[in-house]
Amino acid sequence: MSVKQFRPAFDRGFHNLTFGLSMFVLLLLVAILAFLVMGSIPVLQNQGLSFFISSDWNPVTDVYGALPAIIQTLITAIIALLIGVPVSFGIAIFLTELSPAWIARPVGMAIELLAAIPSIIYGMWGLFVFAPTFGAALQRWTMANLAPIPVIGPLFASPPMGIGIFTASIILAIMIVPFISAMMRDVFTTVPAVLKESAYGLGCTRWEVVYRIVLPYCRAGTVGAVMLGLGRALGETMAVTFVIGNSHRLSASIMGPGATISSSIANEFVEADSKLHTSALVTLGLTLFVITFIVLAVARLFLLRLKKQAGH
Amino acid sequence: MLTTFKKGILGGAALLMAAGVFASAQATEISGAGATFPYPVYAKWAEAYEAKTGVKMNYQSIGSGGGIKQIKAKTVDFGASDAPLTKEELDKAGLVQWPMIMGGVVPVVNIKGIKGGDVKLTGPVLADIYLGKITKWDDKQITDLNPDLKLPSEAISVVERSDGSGTTFNFTNYLAAVSPEWKKNIGVNKSVQWPVGVGGKGNEGVASYTKQIDGSIGYVEYAYALQNNLAYTQMKNKDGEFVSPTAASFAAAAANADWAHAPGYYLILGNQPGAKSWPITAASFILVHKSQEKPETAKEVLNFFDWSFKNGGEIADKLDYVAMPENVVDMVEKTWSADVKGSNGKKIW
Repeated sequence: MSVKQFRPAFDRGFHNLTFGLSMFVLLLLVAILAFLVMGSIPVLQNQGLSFFISSDWNPVTDVYGALPAIIQTLITAIIALLIGVPVSFGIAIFLTELSPAWIARPVGMAIELLAAIPSIIYGMWGLFVFAPTFGAALQRWTMANLAPIPVIGPLFASPPMGIGIFTASIILAIMIVPFISAMMRDVFTTVPAVLKESAYGLGCTRWEVVYRIVLPYCRAGTVGAVMLGLGRALGETMAVTFVIGNSHRLSASIMGPGATISSSIANEFVEADSKLHTSALVTLGLTLFVITFIVLAVARLFLLRLKKQAGH
Repeated sequence: MLTTFKKGILGGAALLMAAGVFASAQATEISGAGATFPYPVYAKWAEAYEAKTGVKMNYQSIGSGGGIKQIKAKTVDFGASDAPLTKEELDKAGLVQWPMIMGGVVPVVNIKGIKGGDVKLTGPVLADIYLGKITKWDDKQITDLNPDLKLPSEAISVVERSDGSGTTFNFTNYLAAVSPEWKKNIGVNKSVQWPVGVGGKGNEGVASYTKQIDGSIGYVEYAYALQNNLAYTQMKNKDGEFVSPTAASFAAAAANADWAHAPGYYLILGNQPGAKSWPITAASFILVHKSQEKPETAKEVLNFFDWSFKNGGEIADKLDYVAMPENVVDMVEKTWSADVKGSNGKKIW
């Protein structure tokens, strides 16, 4: 028998194998979702929707409200993106378009190394080095100068502890920069040199080449990089637990202590004795799952619209 | 080629067999999990006990709630908790509980120029600080207690435990005993809804937050206050005297504890009478199952605690814990022989 006779069978086997592996992912997803839904039944039966809109989190009376954790998860992730995305963008542009090779290589390596640092290390650094410095330097200043301003003042009013929602956001921003910039850099390098050369040939400036050639070419990849960063910022646990101050309170100040969904789970899961407390934490997990799903869905829709506009 | 391969396999098999023999020769290992508060002393006891008997004690300090959960699930040989279970809870889960070691919960402060023992507080003032009603260090209620100190006009940053813990249970239990408002609005638990403040994870977390935040107040187990060089406060006790946290003042509070009349040893040492008593003294408890499926292991567990009761006092002193007095030890061992049995009903102790 020759190899040729085996080929169809082999191909079919290969197809089945990879098909099975892909189905495994779906199965895993369903299993996780089922676990979360089942775990959240007790607290939802007990409290209903008030779980999502109340800000009472009281293990003594067994009443749980997730609103502060949900809002503060979103706030920290958004601030982290606002800081992290422009920085990453700048890094990626510099590395692919502007820098000489002798800088690009070591900086590129540094980015990859930063991405590999475990998050708990960022948390420890944040707690022992960043937070005290931040509290002493910036927070005293914001308290003295920004807090007295009407309307936006309360946003900055908090004792200069160095620990709080804003500190957590900055640590998150630092953590997502390597991810976003590494991915953006890889995407930017896929732009065919001939496209850029022709643009330069027409007399475009560097900025015009980046803005009119590189970016449109890499739109999907860039959005993907940002979404990856957002996903990490939403779910990041240990580093946030170290520096956010862990309090279930809605406060007007972004400098004050707060809690995210994942930091609450990390903090309380081991010691949650009552059935409702455990269930409340599982429901928080489910909420984070849903939020992440929505974020990904919105990103998909956004990409679809971009594609339509571009006329593909 | 083949011969080296064979040799390798044979060598490996021999090694495996040797390892098997070795493992079964020292199979006695007992495991426990729970409270972080007594962890330093249990770890030292285990070290000394292993050196003496070769029996290894493996203790995971995962917190009191975790300890209760693990012993109920029978994944460990004993559980440890700073918050005692009530008699009903014990009976329901088929558990026996006894006090193993005592220590103190200590308020610690970080104010520039203030050393350990400088600041005096009363229970109600401490409760008002944690309720967010007293917000500045130069509040009249604090300066009245400390006429000789120059306290700054600085905001008080309150630090608490964010994870559930026996330390928090004993602390909130004390606040509830001295402040009706605390009892009514916040209550007593391993974790509560704190009205103000930031939460650190574990004794270590509270210690490091307190160390870093200017003008902060926190509460930690005494050994952690010492290790981190934190400035503890003096507290006014039930008899109206100001006392510092020391092994002697913990022992004074413990001396007044009436273990004999506490069903299931359910007794909380907070706010005990006595001129020298530290008001936030706490006992830590051990939990085992009444009916033991593996009586040999259970026997090893009891052997370990018996040894610790009788030989562990010095180690406890060094770490600023207070060992249980002899009459309590006798009572506890009587409980062992009465209540801890093999699943066949045979006595273990």
